[in-house]
Amino acid sequence: MPTDRELALKSLRYRRSVLRWIKHAGAGHTGGSLSCLDILNVLYNRVLRVSPATFADPKRDRYIQSKGHSVEALFVVLADCGFFPESDLETLCGYQSDYVGHPTRHVNGIEQNTGALGHGLPIAIGSALASRMDDAGFRVFTLLGDGELAEGSNWEGALAGAHYKLDNLTVIIDCNTLQITGRTRDVMNHEPLAEKWSAFGWAVRTIDGHDYAALTEALEKPLEAGKPSCVIARTTKGKGVSFMEDVGKWHHGVPSDDEYAKALGELDAAIVKLSGGAR
Amino acid sequence: MSAPAPSMYSPAAKAVAEKLGLKMGRANLEEFADTLLALGRTDRNIVAVTSDSRGSGKLGPFGQALPKQIVEVGIAEQNLVGIAAGLGSCGKKVFAVSPACFLTARSLEQIKNDICYSDHPVTVVGISAGVSYGALGTTHHSLHDFAVLRAINNITIVAPADNHEAREAVRASAAHDKPVYLRFGKAPLYHLPAADTAPFAFGKARQLRAGNDVAFLASGETVIHALLAAAHLAETAGLQCRVLSLPTIKPLDTEAVLTAVRECRAVITAEEHMINGGLGEAVAGVIAQAGLATRFKIAGIPDEYTATGSQADIFRHYGLSMEGLAETARGLLAGS
Repeated sequence: MPTDRELALKSLRYRRSVLRWIKHAGAGHTGGSLSCLDILNVLYNRVLRVSPATFADPKRDRYIQSKGHSVEALFVVLADCGFFPESDLETLCGYQSDYVGHPTRHVNGIEQNTGALGHGLPIAIGSALASRMDDAGFRVFTLLGDGELAEGSNWEGALAGAHYKLDNLTVIIDCNTLQITGRTRDVMNHEPLAEKWSAFGWAVRTIDGHDYAALTEALEKPLEAGKPSCVIARTTKGKGVSFMEDVGKWHHGVPSDDEYAKALGELDAAIVKLSGGAR
Repeated sequence: MSAPAPSMYSPAAKAVAEKLGLKMGRANLEEFADTLLALGRTDRNIVAVTSDSRGSGKLGPFGQALPKQIVEVGIAEQNLVGIAAGLGSCGKKVFAVSPACFLTARSLEQIKNDICYSDHPVTVVGISAGVSYGALGTTHHSLHDFAVLRAINNITIVAPADNHEAREAVRASAAHDKPVYLRFGKAPLYHLPAADTAPFAFGKARQLRAGNDVAFLASGETVIHALLAAAHLAETAGLQCRVLSLPTIKPLDTEAVLTAVRECRAVITAEEHMINGGLGEAVAGVIAQAGLATRFKIAGIPDEYTATGSQADIFRHYGLSMEGLAETARGLLAGS
């Protein structure tokens, strides 16, 4: 099990890679990939019982990324876990590449094709029901954006997850408070969020979505027996790059050459500081 | 007490059916439910998912016999299809059952992305399809489903014409390991004669009657009316008409279509669907792209505010009954 410090170092390198590949492709969802990176880091490096060697095992844990647009974060983490060489991302968003701008099962390690919002939770519920039917014991995780919560299908899923008492199911909300038009609370307010999920019958925990220890504690086991878990991860869009943090235009902004150099400079400095020398 | 629904068959049509020796079967929906139950008893990975639709889907006995193989999602079609996809992704052979009108409209994005794009073994079962719920109005009609699903990659579209085709289509779907759309009505149907003894297969037409005057290429619950029309035309006008059941709208049996065009003087398609984007336009596309031409007519529901009434009323209104199809055939041969 990697230490918090090792995870912090991974996250810095992941952020660097996310920016590198978005810059290379000339497209990508920068802000949301950076906000959910620490969540993915903890999931894949501490929580999920899945690896390239076990990806065909029917009893593997499932991760379904409902906020499919943040695929660059997922690609970078999957590559680090050995699902494919990171150099595959040279083709990101290119002609006939499997690495398109949203997850597809053509990429090793990806469970579901997503991209249209409000789809991940019902699929995750079906998977969690299958786990229970077969007594397979696997857990299912799905990552939702907070802007995504305006899709009504999420609330159909919120009813069903609680109705079936799916304690092998965890919803994680990457609550970065921004969507393409502006503040989520101004576009379509979903607060009070914890109270809503709680009222639907879910076990809810609100945490700092960049805190590895808090993420680990909230995700390593179901929050409560007999209830599905909802982890509200308070995050910062564009996390890790000073001028991208909490700025709406980075939703799918691609950095200019100067911005890219500046961002990498910040991340490299942080890597040096944390690792005590070598990058 | 409400008045009984008017019969789907006129006295003349019933007389033709009797001469042909046709026996009345049951609704395809009932055939589906019994077939699924039989499959589910031997394969615990068969799972039905319903949206408050187990009654209308005749799945009460399935639920009672196999309670661990049925999932109720409530009145929530998006959730129905998403959950079906999730089950399918984990090794289940899923039948997602809901009225066709809701299933193929409200949850179309889930069918497109969660099932077809992600390629999971889910059979989407549209019940009480077409104008089966005729009198309930347009909210409850599915006259768009062939058109929208034809435009989505990786789904087989099947509209069985009788109990035999329904039973075989359910079995084939369970064995297919790919997305399928099955479309069932709720009216009892005649058993169609097995003139063609080839086993049922997706993408294969079934010839019910030979002839080279007019070819009727029909699908689903209109096939019987085409068969009756062909028999009626033989008796009243000495015409020998070919009747093909095309249970699979996609992939279409293009060979059977082109053979009919080459060998017959005229072609009429019949479907319980809007004329835009359904069987008729699929057939027309095949004919035109083969560089062929023929006298051709699409019988279906026109692009207008749909006539009100029972399924029988609507079939009669739009010329999908025996009399209407026979009249269309005579008109087409006369060049009008």
